[in-house]
Amino acid sequence: MNILYRVFIDPFMQMGQAPDLLVQTLWEGLVAGVLYALIALGFVLIFKASGVFNFAQGIMVVFAALTLVGLHALLRKWGVSSGMVAAYLALAITIVVMFALAWCIERAILRPLVNQPDIILFMATFGLTYFLVGLGELVFGGEPKSMITEDLGLPRGAIEIKMLGGFVSLQKIDIAAAVIASVMVTSLALFFQKTRIGRALRAVADSHKAALSVGISLEQVWVVVWFAAGIVALTTGIMWGARSSVSFALEIVAFKALPVLVLGGLTSIPGAIVGGLIIGIGEKLGEFYWGPLLGSGIEAWFAYLIALIFLLVRPQGLFGERIIERI
Amino acid sequence: MKEPGATEAAAREVLLAVENVSLSFGGVKALTGVSFDIRKGEIRAIIGPNGAGKTSMLNVINGFYHPQQGRISFKGVTRNRMRPFEAAQGGIARTFQNVALFRGMSALDNIMAGRTLKMNRNFFWQLIRFGPAAAEEVAHRRRVEEIIDFLQIAHIRKVQVGRLPYGLQKRVELGRALAMDPDLLLLDEPMAGMNLEEKEDMSRYILDVNEHFGTTIALIEHDMGVVMDLSDRVVVLDHGTKIADGVPDAVKSDQAVISAYLGVAH
Amino acid sequence: MFYREAGQYKTSYEADQATFPVLQDRIGMIVILAVAFVVVPLTMSSFVINSVLIPFLIFSLAAIGLNLLLGYAGQLSLGTGAFMGVGAYACYKLTTIFPDANIILLIIVSGFASAAIGTVFGLPSLRIKGFYLMVGTLAAQFFLSWCFIRIPWLYNNNVSGAIEVPTRAVFGIPVSGPNATPVTRYLIVLTIVVVMTWIASNLVRGRIGRMWMAVRDMDIAAELIGIRLPRTKLLAFAVSSFYCGVAGAMMVFLWLGAAEPDAFNINRSFLILFMIIIGGLGSLIGSFIGAAFIWGLPIMLKSVPETFGISIGSATLEHLQFMVVGALIIFFLIVEPHGLARLWQIAKQKLRVWPFPY
Repeated sequence: MNILYRVFIDPFMQMGQAPDLLVQTLWEGLVAGVLYALIALGFVLIFKASGVFNFAQGIMVVFAALTLVGLHALLRKWGVSSGMVAAYLALAITIVVMFALAWCIERAILRPLVNQPDIILFMATFGLTYFLVGLGELVFGGEPKSMITEDLGLPRGAIEIKMLGGFVSLQKIDIAAAVIASVMVTSLALFFQKTRIGRALRAVADSHKAALSVGISLEQVWVVVWFAAGIVALTTGIMWGARSSVSFALEIVAFKALPVLVLGGLTSIPGAIVGGLIIGIGEKLGEFYWGPLLGSGIEAWFAYLIALIFLLVRPQGLFGERIIERI
Repeated sequence: MKEPGATEAAAREVLLAVENVSLSFGGVKALTGVSFDIRKGEIRAIIGPNGAGKTSMLNVINGFYHPQQGRISFKGVTRNRMRPFEAAQGGIARTFQNVALFRGMSALDNIMAGRTLKMNRNFFWQLIRFGPAAAEEVAHRRRVEEIIDFLQIAHIRKVQVGRLPYGLQKRVELGRALAMDPDLLLLDEPMAGMNLEEKEDMSRYILDVNEHFGTTIALIEHDMGVVMDLSDRVVVLDHGTKIADGVPDAVKSDQAVISAYLGVAH
Repeated sequence: MFYREAGQYKTSYEADQATFPVLQDRIGMIVILAVAFVVVPLTMSSFVINSVLIPFLIFSLAAIGLNLLLGYAGQLSLGTGAFMGVGAYACYKLTTIFPDANIILLIIVSGFASAAIGTVFGLPSLRIKGFYLMVGTLAAQFFLSWCFIRIPWLYNNNVSGAIEVPTRAVFGIPVSGPNATPVTRYLIVLTIVVVMTWIASNLVRGRIGRMWMAVRDMDIAAELIGIRLPRTKLLAFAVSSFYCGVAGAMMVFLWLGAAEPDAFNINRSFLILFMIIIGGLGSLIGSFIGAAFIWGLPIMLKSVPETFGISIGSATLEHLQFMVVGALIIFFLIVEPHGLARLWQIAKQKLRVWPFPY
């Protein structure tokens, strides 16, 4: 009985007794969820357009962040006196680097492997992961670095809000992250709905062959999509790096994004966002209220548990297209 | 030539009875109140324009779809929700409109896979593949080789089926269904996309299966010449309802069938 | 010219269905086994045996395990490392509970523990397919890794959190623990791997293998010829986990001698996955080739700069290694998406018609 009480009643009592703590936990879950959603968004873009389950998305996040920080340090060393100028110069160069990366990936991986089974392309992104880890550490070194939050003009500190008989503290950087994420998702949505290349992309997502037959260049679409995913990765990297430090340990976020992605349904942008929020909030609540019961560290698998439960009900994910089997 | 068979068929016992079956997906009605029967030993054709619900009908028969209404009895037994493998156990085999072979396996393995239900040496014997398991494998191989000979595909026995041309794939698929020693064989457009020669071959195999093994066959086909030549009785579906049922000649001159195929002037 | 089956007529289905239908293959296999069982223990240094050959064999077995599941039954799994861990921890607990039991027997028995756990985590496969299924096995990976750290009972409440292998003797010869010689351990590993490979080849060529491949290639058609999908999939998970479990138990007891939970983390799962993709999905030989490649490559890369007399810092070397491995994975996928085993097949085909082009 005691265990049932502790699982089913006690946590909710705690929530009721300290609503400010609950709000704080929800907020933290929300912020984590936004970041998960951003990584998942990068996955979804690529999966939709090229059918590649891009395992390297997590590494692209780290690689982008590392490039940004590393370039900033180099520029300062070479005599750019203003941190701000160096930061934005580094940002511009990093964007160019991400474009070059997208182009190289299209050339070296996608084009030779076109029409191969999904699992082969999936494996190729593993190869890419290894390559980027090696390259990133070779060029910028393996030690953890701190994100250049201040030079980029991102806010610091926290806002304390008095509510529900207590305090809820909101990190300004988290608020900025949420705002930037929303702006980015909106602009991506507009880009894909309103522009010519966006329409081409949706066509490619539906059918490669049909798109080719009406004269859409697959190569161009792929480069654009991988570049877009690279920009999403860069943004995620900045936000995530600002919360901890920049190193390849961040790679672990890729494993967090996976349940998000699957929960949302692989091909759906709204799915990635909703999935991210569900996992983020569910994880923080689980860790805070049920964690002590099981011992710490449950966040390593709790997200998967949530995703698995949802999947057992809807095997194609929340927003995934229903799998209709025809024979 | 088939006419004597047709009158005979009417007297034979019913193997499968479809009674008042309705099936819908969401709001789309695929089948509405369809009833017909298939009698032992006959070749029964199911025809109709595209989207008439023919394939859905086969899917209902072998348990892939479950009708919202109506009953299906096979060998006198009525089951509410028959699952596909139960249909297979009962002796219903099937080929598909778009070839559904196991593409990564050889032709031989595909047909051997059709014997799965007949093989029952347990896991332990499978592990060491010695004694009973090996003997069983050889015994079934013998039967499979008979089918391979019958279908004249001995030369492609060990070729991966994904690499075979379409016509041969269709033949291997028929072989896999035959390997189940079925009581009822469902053929979904066995001649789609074939040239005249291949169609003639396939027709011959179908007739031979029916005559030599006594297998009852339900056949979906668009080529009217083939249908009229092969089948004992024909059922015609249009927009999910049955519009005619009878011997080929009667169906051919049925006004409802002619309008369904040619359209009616309004 | 030498590799040619002309004139070898088969007069029975038994002969046609033999493990090695071609005479030259049979001879080749006998030679390989003779070298592995006799020549290697006599000539190789214990360093080579311990740090190259034993791990190669163990990873080959794990790769066969994953190949049965992914290559034959078509169920994507990223939990290989964890299932190996289950085998290792089960074996550790078994030696604690039955200190006098034959350790080789315990290693095999611990495979069953892994099979049981694997079956449980295979349950989502009954409803979820393809990439979505990754969530199920990743849940297994992260949950089990967590268990290895958080459940002290599993490592006998050791302060270090690691498991250490006690010395165990069979017929008076120490086979595990610090006193066992590399050659003894090598021979035991080799025997287990050979027997289990033979069993795997029996399975995949028979009814069960065909059922698995049928489910892999087209599950709907498989169901319509009377294959029960749930059973077939779960059997694949069970057998696969059994192989991984035995490999895991051997890894700790017959190779490393001690292990921390980290030995069974997600990277281990990926390593095994690389092996079968590079080696060839759905090929037992491919599992060996892949294991040799992925395990041998870093060792070879390490020796390359030395041979050319270039000195590179160890950190730089490691980074370069990552890059080279990554690039090679992509390269091989582009050259031969069906794995090195397919190259081997092509080579055999060429040999068969040599000296003519076809």
